[in-house]
Amino acid sequence: MSIFNKAMEPQEFRQYARQWLVDNAPPPPPERLPITPIEVMTVKQRDYLQAWQRQCYEAGLIGTDYPVEYGGHGQSGLQRIANQEMERAGVPYLINIVGLNMVAPTIMKHGTDAQKRQFLPGCLSGDEIWCQGFSEPGAGSDLSNQRTMAVRDGDDWIVNGHKVWTSLGHFAKWMILITRTSNDHRYEGLTYFLCPIAGHPGVTVRPLIKITGETGFNEVLFENARIPDANRLDDIGKGWTVAMTTLSAERGAAEGAGSAGSGVGDPAVTIRKLIELARTTQRGGGVAANDPITRDAIMQRAILAEGLRQSAKRARVPALCDDPMRLPLQTKLVITEFDQDNARLGVEIAGAHATLYKRDPRAPAAGHWPLAYLNSFGNTIAAGTNEIQRNILGERVLGLPKSK
Amino acid sequence: MLDNKTAAKDFGFGEDEAMMRDAVRRYLSDNLSTYTLSRLVAQAPEPIYDHGDKAPWDPHMWSDIVQLGWTALAVEEKAGGTNISMAGIAAIVEEVGRAALPSPLIPTVSASLMLRRVGGQAADQLLSEIAGQGLAASLAITNASGSWEPTDTPLVARQVGPDLVLSGRAYFVQDAFKVGVLLASARLGDDLVLCAVRFGATGLSLEQDHIHDLTRDQATVHFDDVRVGESAILSRNAADALSATWPALLTLVAADLCGAAEWLLQTTVSYAKERVQFDRPIGFFQAVKHPLVDAMVGIDSARSLLYHAAAEIDSESPQALTAARMAKSAASDAAAFISNRAIQLHGGIGFTWEHALHIYFKRNMHNQALYGDGVYQRRKLADTLIGPIAYILL
Repeated sequence: MSIFNKAMEPQEFRQYARQWLVDNAPPPPPERLPITPIEVMTVKQRDYLQAWQRQCYEAGLIGTDYPVEYGGHGQSGLQRIANQEMERAGVPYLINIVGLNMVAPTIMKHGTDAQKRQFLPGCLSGDEIWCQGFSEPGAGSDLSNQRTMAVRDGDDWIVNGHKVWTSLGHFAKWMILITRTSNDHRYEGLTYFLCPIAGHPGVTVRPLIKITGETGFNEVLFENARIPDANRLDDIGKGWTVAMTTLSAERGAAEGAGSAGSGVGDPAVTIRKLIELARTTQRGGGVAANDPITRDAIMQRAILAEGLRQSAKRARVPALCDDPMRLPLQTKLVITEFDQDNARLGVEIAGAHATLYKRDPRAPAAGHWPLAYLNSFGNTIAAGTNEIQRNILGERVLGLPKSK
Repeated sequence: MLDNKTAAKDFGFGEDEAMMRDAVRRYLSDNLSTYTLSRLVAQAPEPIYDHGDKAPWDPHMWSDIVQLGWTALAVEEKAGGTNISMAGIAAIVEEVGRAALPSPLIPTVSASLMLRRVGGQAADQLLSEIAGQGLAASLAITNASGSWEPTDTPLVARQVGPDLVLSGRAYFVQDAFKVGVLLASARLGDDLVLCAVRFGATGLSLEQDHIHDLTRDQATVHFDDVRVGESAILSRNAADALSATWPALLTLVAADLCGAAEWLLQTTVSYAKERVQFDRPIGFFQAVKHPLVDAMVGIDSARSLLYHAAAEIDSESPQALTAARMAKSAASDAAAFISNRAIQLHGGIGFTWEHALHIYFKRNMHNQALYGDGVYQRRKLADTLIGPIAYILL
C-alpha cells in the first residue's frame, strides 16, 4: 500500500519530501554511529537505524519508483529526488544499503514474480537486512574464481564454502550469494542464490577485525547449508550475468531503491570541514590555514568537490556527453579516491594531533580524520578495486584492448 | 529570469547551442585536419624558431569563420550578433581547441564580451564591426610582470583637450598581428580608462614576441603618445567592467584547454590501440591504460567545471569568478597531464616534428600560463574560500 494515490510531479514531490524530512527529523542516535552503514556493529545502532528506514519507507522516500505490488510506491523518476533530499537534510543513512543499492535492482531485473513479492517489501522497509556473498579468500578482484560449491539435491541445493568481507552479515536475514555449480566453465559454471543467513542451519557468521581495530564485517562459513531451489535467482549457470547487474548497480549506474548517502557525505561539506580543521589547528608552530601548501591542497580538493557536483549534473545533459557511460562508470573510482585523499589531507593538516585515537579527548574532530583515512581503503578496494575500475574504464569507454 | 538561468539544468546548453557547436565541429573537421594543421604551422622549425617569422595562419579560413558567424557569437542581436549562451560559446571554443585552430577568434570573443560589459555607442559600433565584418580584436591590459589582476595596466593616459594620450607598453598581447583593434586599459589619475586603438594609429607599434606556440602570435605593444579621440574612449571608469569580464576570459581559455586535452587523449588512445610492442597493442598494458583513464577523469572534471562556470557567467552570479577560477585550474592541470602523457606514451615519434602532438603541447603550455595557471588560480581561490593569510589568527 502506497501513501501516494497518484503519480506525483517532480516539483511537488520534492517539496513534500523536503517538508517531511523537516517534520520528521529523527532524535539523535542512542550511540555514536560509525562513518558508514556497513560498519554498524551494535544492536542499539541497528534498531535505531532500522526504525528510521521504516519511517522513510512508509513516507515514500524509499522504493519510490518500485511497483506497488512489490512493496514500492509506484512512482517514476522520483527516487533520485528522494535521495537528494535525504542527503541534503543530513538525516542518518539507511542501514539496508546492500539491499537498496544492490539487491533490489538485481531482483527487479532477474527475479520471478513470486521472488519479487517475497523479497522486495522487506528489503525496502529495512525489516530484512541483506548482505553480499561475492568475495572469497581466493576470489577478490577476480570474481570468477569462485570456490563455494552448490550441489543439487532434489528441490534443494547443498552449499559448502567460505565468504569474506561480509558487511552487515551479523544482522543479515538474507545474502545474495554466488556459488559454483559446475567446474566445467569458469563463467557459465556460476549460479546466484538468495540465501537465508540468520539462524540458518549450516551457516556460521564470524566477525573480522578490520584495519581500524573495529569489527563491522564478517566471514561466513557454509557447511552443508541447504537452499531451496525456489531461492535461485535466474537460471542455473547465469550467476555471472546476474552478478554484473548487482555490481553495476553498486557502482552507481542506477539510482537504486533509496539512499541517504553512503556515509561518504556531501563533498562540499567535507571541504568545509577541512577548512575548519586548518583554521583551528596549530601545526609546526603556526596555523595550518596560513600555510600556502596546505591552502593549495585544500583548494585542489575543493575544485574536485565542485567537479563531482557538476559532473553529476552534466551526466544528465546528453549533448555535453559524447559517450553516455563515460561519466557514470567513473563514479566509484572518483568518489572513493576523492574521499580517501580528503582523509589523508585531514591527517596531514592535523599534524601531531592526528596521532590521537578517538578515545583521546584532545583528538580533533573526535578522531575522525585518521580513522577515515584507514577506513577509506575499504571503498577503494571493495566493489572491484580501483585498479579494476581503471581497466573497466580503459576498456569499455576508451576502447583499449582487454587486460585479459 | 536570473533564477531560471541559475537553475538551468543544461547549463544553458540548448538545441541552438548544440546545432551551432556541431556546425563548428563539422567545419573544422572538413577544413582543418591534423595533416592540414601540420602543413600550415609546422612544416619546418627554422623559419619560426631560427629566423623569427610569425607562425603562419590561414586568413581565408578567417573569412569563412566570419561568414559562418563565429565572430558574432558573443555579440547581442541588436548589434547584428547571434547572442548564444556562454555554454554555447564554451562548447565552440572547445572545438577550436580540439582543432588547435590558429586564429584571433578567442581574443576577439574575449574583447566582444568586454565591449558588451562596457556598453555605450562606441562599444556597440565595434561590436557590429566584429559581428558583421569580422573585425578582429585583442586586449592590451597586461603589464611586464605578467600580472593577471584585471586592473594592473601598464599604460598611462593623460588628458589633452577632449582627447586622451596613451603611453607605455602592453605585454603578452594575444594575436596582436592578426587584429584590427586593441582594447587598451590605462591609468588616468585614480581612474582606469578603456580605449579602442585601431591598428595603424600614430604612435602604435608592435614588437613581436618569439614564442613556442605555433598556433598564435604574441606581441609587446608600444604606445608612444597614441592619441585617442573621444569616440574611441569606451569608458572612463572601466575597472568594474574589466573585473566583471574576468570570469569569461578565464572560461574561454579553459574551454580551449579542454578541447585540446580531449584531442590529445583520443589521439593517444588511438595510438595505444595500434602500436604493437611485445606482441600486444601497448594499450593492453596497465602502465599505459591507467594513466589514460586518469587523464580522462581529469578532463571530465574540468569540462563539468567549465560548463558550470559558463552558466554562472550567464546568470551574473556572484560565484562566477570562483567557478571560472576552478575551471581554469582544472583545465590547466588536466591539459598539462595529458600533454605530458601523450608525448611519453607515443614514445619516440611524439618527440619529433613527424607528429602533430608538439603543436598541441605548445598551445596548451601557452594557455596554461595565460591568465594564471592552476597554482595561481588556487592561490586566489584560497583567499576567497579560506580567507587571506594575514587575517587568520588562533
